[in-house]
Amino acid sequence: MIALKNVSIVFNQGTVNENQALSNISLSVKEGDFVTIIGSNGAGKSTLFNMIAGSFVPTQGSIFVNDRDITREPEYKRAQYIGRIFQNPLLGTASNMSLEDNMMITYKKGFKWLKRSLNNRMRDFFKSELVHLNMGLENRMKENLAMFSGGQRQALTLLMMVLSKPALILLDEHTAALDPKNAQIVLDLTNKFIKEFNLTAMMITHNMSHAIEFGNRLLMMDKGEIIFEAEGEAKRELTVEKLIAKFHDLRHKTFEDDKTLLSDE
Amino acid sequence: MIEGILVEGLIYGIMVLGVFITFRVLDFPDLTVDGSFPLGAALMAQCILLGTNLWLGLLVAFIGGVIAGVITAVIHNHLKVPNLLAGILTMTMLYSVNIRVLGNRANVPILNQETILSQVSDKFSGLMPDEYILLLFFIVVAIVIKVLIDLFFRTDLGLTMGAMGNNEQMVISQGVNPKTLKTIGVGLSNGLVALSGAFAAQYLGFADVGLGQGIIISGLASVMIGEFLVMKSNRIGVLTFCALMGSIIFHAVVYLGRYYGYLIKMTPNDLNLIKGILIIILLVLTQSRKLKKAALKAMVEK
Repeated sequence: MIALKNVSIVFNQGTVNENQALSNISLSVKEGDFVTIIGSNGAGKSTLFNMIAGSFVPTQGSIFVNDRDITREPEYKRAQYIGRIFQNPLLGTASNMSLEDNMMITYKKGFKWLKRSLNNRMRDFFKSELVHLNMGLENRMKENLAMFSGGQRQALTLLMMVLSKPALILLDEHTAALDPKNAQIVLDLTNKFIKEFNLTAMMITHNMSHAIEFGNRLLMMDKGEIIFEAEGEAKRELTVEKLIAKFHDLRHKTFEDDKTLLSDE
Repeated sequence: MIEGILVEGLIYGIMVLGVFITFRVLDFPDLTVDGSFPLGAALMAQCILLGTNLWLGLLVAFIGGVIAGVITAVIHNHLKVPNLLAGILTMTMLYSVNIRVLGNRANVPILNQETILSQVSDKFSGLMPDEYILLLFFIVVAIVIKVLIDLFFRTDLGLTMGAMGNNEQMVISQGVNPKTLKTIGVGLSNGLVALSGAFAAQYLGFADVGLGQGIIISGLASVMIGEFLVMKSNRIGVLTFCALMGSIIFHAVVYLGRYYGYLIKMTPNDLNLIKGILIIILLVLTQSRKLKKAALKAMVEK
């Protein structure tokens, strides 16, 4: 489905601030995979997502989607088949517009024309979809999104992204900015949607137990490299302790240095 | 007096709607306006002098404005120039273009020519005084344009453009190129501004390169007055109505300054200073209102 071939990114090349954010990464994600990604701050997880989504162009290497080279395709074109949710819940929706307007904008990908698609049939459809979130949003169609909580907005972004049926979804710590209760709700919804619609997904998380609990593959990143990978049976046998030990063996330093990695959110 | 203020407010109100689109909807502070307003006036004046169909003249003015806006957007999008600078560039170039359009003159009178306004007052003369005919005409024109804008912003394209100023990332995530949206929005905005200039030239009886000076400040002040006086809303119809009302109130203030300013030893030359101070006062008032609201909210939550 998506393949990275020997991809590297160097920021500020040739200056004193030169920074190798990703070095020689090769990765192949198959259709239906749910990959969780862990790693300390600065490991290159978000850079990896930014590159797959098209915000950054790799310094070296190529990216393929179904054997088509998309290395230089701009972000807005890739957005047609790659859905993305950010840590900041405000990035997925427009605060100054009503819920129904937001849903209309996010319902279909691609350029919009001078057509008025928002009618009562559409509103009923949106309401019936909002019921799945179980947050009572279906009764607040005319309210501005500024009135909604971060959890509600993130759940809404998730729902709308799923409805647009992307080939790949990228979740960049999408529950990290939410309170524990909402984080759990959004995470459960994520898991439910991914299973229900058989989505191909990649999820960055700071929570090791989540990384182990969800998905069929796990990647551990450090200093711009993928240092450990587990899939299927091997992943199911992982525990937080085993992961920490693994990291220690590979890098000769301890995970405990990085408190955020061990946090239970 | 009152009908004069209303007519001016409505003519310039079309320009204010354009400024509202760039400043508020797109969050693209566009200074092209100072050049596209006289461009519309100049194109209209030339069409009148050449004796072309007057409604075609309006269309020419509108299209001229759209092109000016598109140039600004293209400079900003493709040369990675900040939007303010891109607008100033186009505005400066338009100064020369406008003099060319006016036939290498700075001012072209059209006082005794047949204009849309003279046609309208001829048709309805006898029914009521001329001033009221004009007022009624401009009320209709302003409402038609306002309703068209409202309809536009309810289409899928318009809704997406509405999200643009608030959240560009969201627009990108929907697979829409934000550059395209900016080009359409800034083009449309300047088209409206030029249309406003075309009506202004006919109302004033001349087209002048200096017509555009300070137009952006008038537009911005009008938008802000409208927002300040009427409650915030997410309904596009309310927002465009506020912009028109803001324009009328702004012109009432300017009118008072122009005709009664001598009482406080003010001359017409002081008007631009007054306009600027008005904007600063509005900014201060809006900020203090925001702070008050935040304080009130904090108290309620406690």
